Amino acid sequence: MKNDNAFKYFSLATTWIWLIIFSFVPYGLVIFASLMSHDTNHLIRLPFTLQNYVELSEPIYIKIFIKSFYIAGISTLICLILGYPFAYTLARMKSRLKGLFILLVIIPFWTSSLIRSYSMIAILKAKGIINSLLLSLGIIHEPIPMIFNNTSVIIGLVYNLLPFMILPLMTNIERLDNRLIDAARDLGANRITTFRKIILPLTMPGMIAGCILVFLPAMTLFYIPDLLGGAKSILLGNLIQNQFLITQHWPLGSATSIVLAILLAVMILIYLQSKRNKKEQDLL
Amino acid sequence: MTGHIIELRGVAKTIHGHEILHNINLEVRNGEFLTLLGPSGCGKTTLLRLISGFEEPTQGSIFINGNDVSGLPPHKRHVHTVFQSYALFPHMTVFENVAFGLRCKKIPHAEIQQRVTEALKIVKLEKYAQRKPEQLSGGQQQRVAIARAVVNQPLVLLLDEPLSSLDYRLRKTMQIELKQLQRKLGITFIFVTHDQEEALSMSDRVVVMYEGSIEQIGTPRQVYEAPQSLTVAKFIGEVNIFDSEVISIDDKYITVDIQGKKRIVKNTIPFNIGQKVHLLVRPEDLRVWGQAEVTDTAEMFPGTVEEVIYKGTTVDLMVRLSNNQLVAATEFFDEDDDRLEYAIGEKVWTTWLSGWEVVLPHEE
Repeated sequence: MKNDNAFKYFSLATTWIWLIIFSFVPYGLVIFASLMSHDTNHLIRLPFTLQNYVELSEPIYIKIFIKSFYIAGISTLICLILGYPFAYTLARMKSRLKGLFILLVIIPFWTSSLIRSYSMIAILKAKGIINSLLLSLGIIHEPIPMIFNNTSVIIGLVYNLLPFMILPLMTNIERLDNRLIDAARDLGANRITTFRKIILPLTMPGMIAGCILVFLPAMTLFYIPDLLGGAKSILLGNLIQNQFLITQHWPLGSATSIVLAILLAVMILIYLQSKRNKKEQDLL
Repeated sequence: MTGHIIELRGVAKTIHGHEILHNINLEVRNGEFLTLLGPSGCGKTTLLRLISGFEEPTQGSIFINGNDVSGLPPHKRHVHTVFQSYALFPHMTVFENVAFGLRCKKIPHAEIQQRVTEALKIVKLEKYAQRKPEQLSGGQQQRVAIARAVVNQPLVLLLDEPLSSLDYRLRKTMQIELKQLQRKLGITFIFVTHDQEEALSMSDRVVVMYEGSIEQIGTPRQVYEAPQSLTVAKFIGEVNIFDSEVISIDDKYITVDIQGKKRIVKNTIPFNIGQKVHLLVRPEDLRVWGQAEVTDTAEMFPGTVEEVIYKGTTVDLMVRLSNNQLVAATEFFDEDDDRLEYAIGEKVWTTWLSGWEVVLPHEE
């Protein structure tokens, strides 16, 4: 009995210690820093103030927030549209090639995404591969501007984050019971109805998981807008990076991180709440 | 028109070069409860999927209500399937599940409402219309699956081992309910199972399948009491098999030699003198007598009791005969024999009433 208890406390303690070291303490420090003052000689200093949060409500910052949400949202949507059919085909595949295809999805992870983003420049730039090809084929007469704008940032984000959409979706679709699809066909549903009424609702958890996994990093991956977006494209990730490393305004950077975290948490809570409400309605 | 609701002619199915079904000929009568019975892997589910249209036969043709249905998709065949483990849509309520087929056919809203309510009433689930499948018990889910199929008024309902995931008691109850439902609806049921007891107790006719072929078609009584092959006899119920040889033949009877003793049995199939045959005797037809109980042992076989299993209504015995063959006997309590006390190791005489055996040609 006594040993059992000891083990119970030990495993609980491990979880808590892990959470404290890797989650609560860092977050506590960031919150703490976000409430401090700043001057040119000190990274952070007393007194405590809410000034940083007030500063974030200035239009320039709000604009960056909105733009970041917009870019991350578009990238997530594109990942979903591109990833779903691929994940579906992959999940339903029975041949031995399946393992190979999954490997092909994962292989890019083995190269630094920084390097892959540099290679995107080579592909997208004015004298890059795509433009050269289109010019030489006579399809276009002057290069399409594809780099150092929002398009290139979105392309870069989609390219880097697509696997995070595909993998959870694939797992979800694989678990989908084939007999449900048979049953829908048996009851007279055509392919479109089966997809809309059965497959889509049942793969919703995979889509949500994929969207969260893509949207969160899309908000904060600072080096992709840095490399592919040029100077014009400042997103939240760059903003936070600049505040910490260039202007060395730690309190403002911390406040930005906290606001971002709160916004994302609220979005997830709204989603969970909507699901719970739906469940309660169903019970009535 | 063939007069049969479903007819299969020379149907064969090959999957990945492996022949799952060969030369299946089957006629299903309108309104009957037909069971496809066989061990797993005998092709009975494949046969069902050919009828439902999820698979196409490699050879032969299938007629539903007199029409050749080759190439027709499942929903154009007027048959519906109740799947093993039900395949209810987990994200829909019971009502929506049942309404699904009607909605696909664009039936007016009011009619859907009425027909679904009616179907749920038949399976006694009208109070559960707004529940999700996960909130129902196994038996209730089963009934939703049936309601979802019958609401579309199919000509034939195909049931793929629908009771296999229920526990023993619930299975018994559902067997009776299914049978009653089938009588009430008057729809033809084709029921797949590997449980011979289930097949015997529910069906009008049983199709016994083995390794992709139909071994025998008949009423439960026919397949149990008059099996046409050793396979059928062994698969349905338990059976003791005595190897023997025909000694003499007349119009009605043949005399066979079993372990040096002569027995006279009914002449059912034309046999030849000297032909090797199997005599099949069900355990419940085998009589076991104590040494003191009998005097005339000319047609009896001596043995030793090896195992006694008391089962309440019966006593099951395992008896080792003098030629080392082990036979099973089930003894009933009745007015002739109300004690049924046997000791392990006791010397006994075993026999059966002439005419209760089945004689089949010898098979290796």
